[in-house]
Amino acid sequence: MTALAHQFFTEPSPVTDCAVSVRNVGKVYAGVVTALENINVDFPRGQLTSLLGPSGCGKTTLLKIIAGLLPATSGEVLVNDLPVAGPGPERAFVFQDFALMPWANVLRNVAFGLEMRGIAKSEREEIARSHIAQVGLAGFEARYPHELSGGMRQRVGLARALAVNADVLLMDEPFSAVDEQIRRKFQEDLLTLIAREKRTFIFVTHSIEEAVYVSDRIVLLSARPGRIAQIIEPAIERGGDPDAIRRHPAYLDTVDAIWQSLKTYLE
Amino acid sequence: MAEHRAGIEAAHQGYRFSRVFPFQGSGKALREKRPNALASFATHHFTLNFLSAAALCGAWEWAGLVPISPAFPTFGETMGALWSISADGSLAGAFAVTLQPLALGLVVSMVLGVGIGVAMGLSTKTEWLASPIFIVAQSAPLAALIPLIVFAYGIGLTSKTIVVCIMAMPVIVLNSFAAVRHTPKSLIEMGESFLATRRKVIIRIILPAASPVIFAGLRLGCASGFIGAVLAELLITPTGVGDLITYSRSIADYPTMYAAILSIMAFSVLFIEVLSRVEVMIFRPEKRAVS
Repeated sequence: MTALAHQFFTEPSPVTDCAVSVRNVGKVYAGVVTALENINVDFPRGQLTSLLGPSGCGKTTLLKIIAGLLPATSGEVLVNDLPVAGPGPERAFVFQDFALMPWANVLRNVAFGLEMRGIAKSEREEIARSHIAQVGLAGFEARYPHELSGGMRQRVGLARALAVNADVLLMDEPFSAVDEQIRRKFQEDLLTLIAREKRTFIFVTHSIEEAVYVSDRIVLLSARPGRIAQIIEPAIERGGDPDAIRRHPAYLDTVDAIWQSLKTYLE
Repeated sequence: MAEHRAGIEAAHQGYRFSRVFPFQGSGKALREKRPNALASFATHHFTLNFLSAAALCGAWEWAGLVPISPAFPTFGETMGALWSISADGSLAGAFAVTLQPLALGLVVSMVLGVGIGVAMGLSTKTEWLASPIFIVAQSAPLAALIPLIVFAYGIGLTSKTIVVCIMAMPVIVLNSFAAVRHTPKSLIEMGESFLATRRKVIIRIILPAASPVIFAGLRLGCASGFIGAVLAELLITPTGVGDLITYSRSIADYPTMYAAILSIMAFSVLFIEVLSRVEVMIFRPEKRAVS
C-alpha cells in the first residue's frame, strides 16, 4: 500500500454500536470446499458496509449466513445482540436476480413481505404503494415484472425490502444485473437512501468503484478460503454533489489501493 | 511530445468517411412495413389455421377418391356418416359410455399425479421411493399388459379406468416433479427471507412457479388418457366409441368407423384447449394482462 493512499483512508475505528456482529464464522460446503474461514467482523449501525473481494471468495455466502438463509459450519452471527437462527423480521434481502414473482403484479410483489407478516390487505397495499412511489414507480402498481425493464425490476425488489421496515438491509450485488448508466443512477440514489433512512446496509459487490462510491466501510475478503484481508474506511464526504465523489482524490486513491491489494489474488 | 500531439491533431483533421457503404444510394430507408388489408387477412392466424385444416381435409378427400384403399372413405363420406350418427343419437350414446372410464381415470390421474409429482419434487426421499414406478410405467408396453389387468380386475369399468391411468399418470407425475424441482432457488430464498413458512413457500411460490410445466404435463397426460380410453375399449371389451369403431369395421361401414375416430380426436383437442384456457384464467394473470 502506498504512502499516498494512507492519507485518504484510515484503519478502521473500533465499532461501538454494531447492528450485526459476525463471530468466528466458517463455512465448509459438502465437507470439502472451505468457502469462509474464521470471519470476525462488526457492522456498525446506520452505515453501509460493503463486502468486497475476488469472485468465489464467499462474500455472497457470508451475506446469506447473516440473512439466515444458509447455516454456518462454525461460529455465530448476532443481530441486535441476538444469535441468528434463521431469517428474521429485522433483516430484509435484495436479490441479485431481483427474485420477483412473475405471476404477481408490482403491488403484490412489494407487499409480499408484509403479507407474510400477516398484515391486513388494505394496510399492506397502502404501505406498498408509498414505497412504490418512493422508488419512482408510481403508476406501475398493476404491471407485471416482464413488462418492466431490469432497472425497474430492481426498484421493485428494493421497494419490497424497504416496505417491511427492517433495521438491516442485505443487498447481494443488487446492481450487477442492470446496465452501466442505470447502475450509476442507482448508486447515487442509494446514497440519498442511506442519508434518509438511517438503516444498516450490508452490500455485496464485485465492483471496486461501486464499493468505494457507496460505502462507509469496506470489508476486503481474500480469495478462497475467504478470510478478512483488510477493513477500509474511505475518507470521503458524501454530503454534497454526488458527481464530485467520483473526482475526489480520496475516491480515486482508495479505488487504486484496493485494486493493488486485490490484484495479488488474481494471479 | 509536442510533435506527437500535433501528429494526432493532424490525423484527427484528416479523418473522413472515406469508404462508400454498400447500403448507401439504394435510396430506401428501413421502415416499418404497413400491412395492406389483403396481406393482413392472408397472414391472420385464423386464415392460416383454416388453410392448414383445409389442406388436410383436401388431401384426405383426394386420398379417398383415388382410392388408396377400398377401406378408406373420403372426407365427405366421413362427414356424412358423422352427421347421421350424431343425428340418430348413437354417437352421444357411445360418448356417454366412453366418458365414464375416461373421466374417472383422468380425475384420478390429475389429482393423484400432481400430488405425487409435487411430493417427489419437494422431497428427495419421496422421489427415490416413487420415481422408479413411474419411469417404468411410462415405458410399459400397455397392450401387452392389458390381459394381466383383465385377469386381475375383470372386463368392467375398473380395468378401463386403470388403462386410462397407466397412460395418463406417468407423464403428469414426471412433469409435476420436474416443475417443482426446477423452481428458481432465489425465489424460494426470497420467500424464506421474507418470513414465509414452509407451507406458504409451497403454496405461494413453488406451486405458482411450477404451474406452467405442471399444466404442460396435464395436457400431455390427458391426450394420452384419451388414447388409453379408446385402446381399452378396443382391447378389453367393445363399448362406447370403441364399440362404434369395432362394429362399423365389422360391417364394412368405414365412413362411420372413421367418423367415430375423428369425433374422439376432436373431443380430445377441445378438452385440452379448455384446459389451457382454464390455466391462463386461474393461474397466469400475467399472461392475461398481455393478451
